[in-house]
Amino acid sequence: MEVIFMLVGFSLMVALLFLGLFFWAVRDGQYDDGHTPAMRILFDKNKDNSKKQSKTTNTKNNTD
Amino acid sequence: MNTDDVLISTDCYHCGETCDETTVYLDEKPFCCSGCKMVYEILNDNELGTYYCLEDQPGISFKKYQSSKRFDYLEDASVIDRLVDFRNNGFISASFYIPNIHCTSCVWLLENLFKLNDGITKSSVNFLKRELSISFDEEKISLREVIELLASIGYEPELRLEKLDNNEAASPNRRLWLKLGVAGFAFGNIMLFSFPEYLSGSTLNTQGSFHIFFGILNILLALPVLLYSSNDYLKSAWAAVKQGGINLDVPISIGILALFSRSVYEIITGVGAGYMDSFTGLVFFLLIGRMIQKKTYERLSFDRDYKSYLPISVTFLDEEGNERSTSIDKLTEGMQMLIRNRELVPADAELLSDSCYVDYSFITGESDPVEVQQGETVYAGGKIIGPSVTLKAIKEVSNSYLTKLWNNAAFEDHQQNRKVSSLADRISPHFTLAVIGIAITAGILWLPTSTEMALTVSTAVLIIACPCALALSTPFTLGSALNILSRNGLYIKGIEVIEQLANTTSVVFDKTGTLTKADQAEVSFNGKITEHEQALIANACRQSMHPLSQKIASNIKAPQLDVTRINEQINKGITAAVEGQSLVIGSKLFLEEQLPQHIPTPNHDKAVSVVHIAIDGEWKGWFAIGNSYRGGIKDMLFTFKERFSTFLLSGDNDSQKKQFAPYFGKDSLRFDQTPQQKLEFIKDLQQHGHNIIMIGDGLNDAGALQQSDFGIALTDNVSSFTPACDAIMDGKSLRRLNTFINFSQRSITIIKLSFGLSLLYNIVGLSFAVAGQLSPLVAAILMPLSSISIMVFTTVSTHLAAKKMGLASWK
Repeated sequence: MEVIFMLVGFSLMVALLFLGLFFWAVRDGQYDDGHTPAMRILFDKNKDNSKKQSKTTNTKNNTD
Repeated sequence: MNTDDVLISTDCYHCGETCDETTVYLDEKPFCCSGCKMVYEILNDNELGTYYCLEDQPGISFKKYQSSKRFDYLEDASVIDRLVDFRNNGFISASFYIPNIHCTSCVWLLENLFKLNDGITKSSVNFLKRELSISFDEEKISLREVIELLASIGYEPELRLEKLDNNEAASPNRRLWLKLGVAGFAFGNIMLFSFPEYLSGSTLNTQGSFHIFFGILNILLALPVLLYSSNDYLKSAWAAVKQGGINLDVPISIGILALFSRSVYEIITGVGAGYMDSFTGLVFFLLIGRMIQKKTYERLSFDRDYKSYLPISVTFLDEEGNERSTSIDKLTEGMQMLIRNRELVPADAELLSDSCYVDYSFITGESDPVEVQQGETVYAGGKIIGPSVTLKAIKEVSNSYLTKLWNNAAFEDHQQNRKVSSLADRISPHFTLAVIGIAITAGILWLPTSTEMALTVSTAVLIIACPCALALSTPFTLGSALNILSRNGLYIKGIEVIEQLANTTSVVFDKTGTLTKADQAEVSFNGKITEHEQALIANACRQSMHPLSQKIASNIKAPQLDVTRINEQINKGITAAVEGQSLVIGSKLFLEEQLPQHIPTPNHDKAVSVVHIAIDGEWKGWFAIGNSYRGGIKDMLFTFKERFSTFLLSGDNDSQKKQFAPYFGKDSLRFDQTPQQKLEFIKDLQQHGHNIIMIGDGLNDAGALQQSDFGIALTDNVSSFTPACDAIMDGKSLRRLNTFINFSQRSITIIKLSFGLSLLYNIVGLSFAVAGQLSPLVAAILMPLSSISIMVFTTVSTHLAAKKMGLASWK
C-alpha cells in the first residue's frame, strides 16, 4: 500500500500544475473580460469568409 | 431586425438610418450619406466585408461631421505621453474608450484594424468596457493617424481630461480570482484526502501512517487558504474590533480561526482528522459570494467629477488666425477659442463674435438658452447653440465657474458622513454575542465531565455557528436584484445601496431633462394653414438659430425650398421670402410692427411659448411650443403622490408651476433653485427623517444627487456622461420606478427569509455541537449544504419575484 504515498505525491503535482496554469491565466488577463471572447467565437462561423479568415491567422502569427 | 424590413424600406446599408432624398447608391446598396458610403468602400477595398455579415447595418451614422483640425493636439508630445500606456522600441500600446462599440461587427472590425494599416500590430476589444487596446509601430503610423483612422470608420475614441490625469490601476478582480483559485484547489484536494475519514470503518483509517500523512498534507494545503484566501475577512474583522465595532466579518473570522486551530490541534495530537475540508469549503463559498458582490458595470462610471464633462481638446486661433488644436489644460488666459455648435465652453470666456445663444441647462437647469452679446462673459459649461463663435478665455479651466461649483465644500463633506450599514452588519453584533454566549455556557456545562470535552464543545459551537449562510444571502439576493434591475434599465452602483432604495420615503425630481425633455418640444399650430405654407415656414425657420425657430423647423417635415431673403432681428422674429412668398414669423409685437393689422392675443397656457405667423401680409395663426414630457410619467407621479412625499426642484423659472401643481402636494414645487439650494433642501428633508431618492440629470443636480440617500442620474444613453450618483437610469424606465422600489423591498424580504433559513441550519448544527456529537462528517455535510441551499433559495426567489412583478428577469 506504500505506493499510495507516491501516487498522492504525483496527483498533487498534477493538481499544482493546473493551479499554476490558473495563476498564469489570471495574471495574463484572461479573466478580466468574460464577455468579448464569447462574441469572437462567432467570427469563424462565416462561410464565405473562410479564406480571408485563414489569412487573418497568418498575418496575426507574423505580427505577434 | 429581420431581413424583410431591410429590403422594403430604404435604410442605410451601413448605419441603418432611414435614407432621405440625399441617398447615395453603390453596388446597389443604399447609403444615407457619403460618409457611410466611404466607410463601406474602405472596408470593401480591404476585404473587410464580413463586417456587414455579422450584424445588419452595424455602422455608425456620419451625419455629424466635424473638422479634422480638432486632432491637432495629438501631435503634442506631452499629450501623447499621457495617452499611451506603454512604449517600447517604437512600439506603442494604448487603450481608448469608444462609446460607439455596440455589436459583434464592431468587435470584429476593430480587431481587424491591422488590415487597414500595417503599422497596427494588434488590437483587441473589451466589449463590456467599450475599450479598445491597440499596439502600433510608431514609425509607420502616429497616434494621431490611429485616432483619425478610427474616427474615419466611425469609431472615434472619447478622449477626456480625466484620462490625462490618472493612470488606471490593474483590475482588482484578478486578486480575488487568485484567492478563489487557491481556496478551490485546497478544498477539492482536502476533500479527497479526507474521504477515508468519512468511511470510518475502512482499513485505511486504521493504518496510522496514512492518517498522519493525510493530516499533514491537509494542514499544508489549508495554510495558504488561511494566510492568503481568507485574509480579507481577518483583516476587516481585526479593523472593526480595533475600532470597537462588530461587523459580519467578526463572527466569520471567529469561525475560520476556530475551525483551523481546532483541526490543527486534532491532527497533531492524533485525536481526530480535523475539519480542514469544512474550513476550505467555507472560505471557497464566501469568496464566491464576494465575487458576486464585486460585480459592477465596468463601462459605467458612477463617480465623475467636472473633468469628465469637458472635452480633452479645444480649437484655438493662433497669431496668424489659423485654427489649431490643443489639450485643454494648456489653455491660458487671453487665448482665442473657436467653439462650434453644441460644443461646451471649457473655460470662462469673453465673447468676440457678435452674439450667440448659450444653453446653460447643464449647469443651472434653466432650459431656455441665454442670448449673449459681444463683450459679455460666457461661463464654462455652457453649450453654444448656433454657428461657431470665437471666444477669448478670461480664466483657466481650473479657475472657471464650473470647476468652482464642483470644489464647493458642500459637494465634498457629505462623502465621509454617509455610511451605509447593511442589514447583515446590524444583526452581527447580536449574533456574535449570542454565539459566544452559547459557546461559553456549553463549555461550562460540560466542564464537570472533562476539560477536554468542554473545550471540544465550545469550539464546535463556534465552528458550526459561523454565519456562512448569513454572509452569502445578501450578496446573492442583491446580486440577482442588481442584474434584474439592469436588464430593466436601472443600473445601480453596487449592491450595498439597494437597501437605500427599499427604504425610500420621499422622492425629489428635477424638472428639465428629467420630467420634461430639454431638447424636444410639443409644437402645435392654432389656425388654418396648408401643407405648402407649412413647408415655407419650416424653410424660413431652418435659417434661424433661435431655439424656438429650431423647434418649429424640426417638427415640420418639408422638402428644401428656395429661401431668397432672410432677415432676423434678435429675440423678435424673422422676415423671409421663400418661393416668392413673404413671411413674418415672431412675437406679437414684432408682427404688429411689420403689419398694419391688429394681431389677436391668443388664449393659452402660461407654460407655452407663442410664435405668430403671417404669410403675404396676412396673419395665419400661431404656434404653441410647450415642453414634451417623458412617456408615462404622469401616472407615475400620481402613484408616487399617494405613496411618498414628492417634491420638484427646478433651476428653471416658475412659468410651468400650474402644469405640475396637480401631480405634487402643496408647497412641494420649488423653482429658481441653484445647485446649492437643491443640496440644502435635501439636507433639510433628511434632518426631518426622510429617506430620499433624488432623480436628476445635469451638473446642477450633482450636489443634490450626492446628498440624497439614493441619487439616480437619468439619461437617454447610459454610456454618456452623467453626474456622480448611486444609479444610472435609462430615461425610458423612469415610469417603472415604482415597480423598481417594490422589487427592492421584496429583495430585502427575501434576505430576511434566508436569514431565517440559515438560523434553522444553525439550530440543527448547534444541537449536534452542544451534545458533543459534531463529527467531521456532520460538519462536512452541513456546511456546504447550508451554503448551497442559501445560494439557490435567494437566486431563485429573487427571479420569481421579478417575474411576478413583470420585470424582465432572464436574458
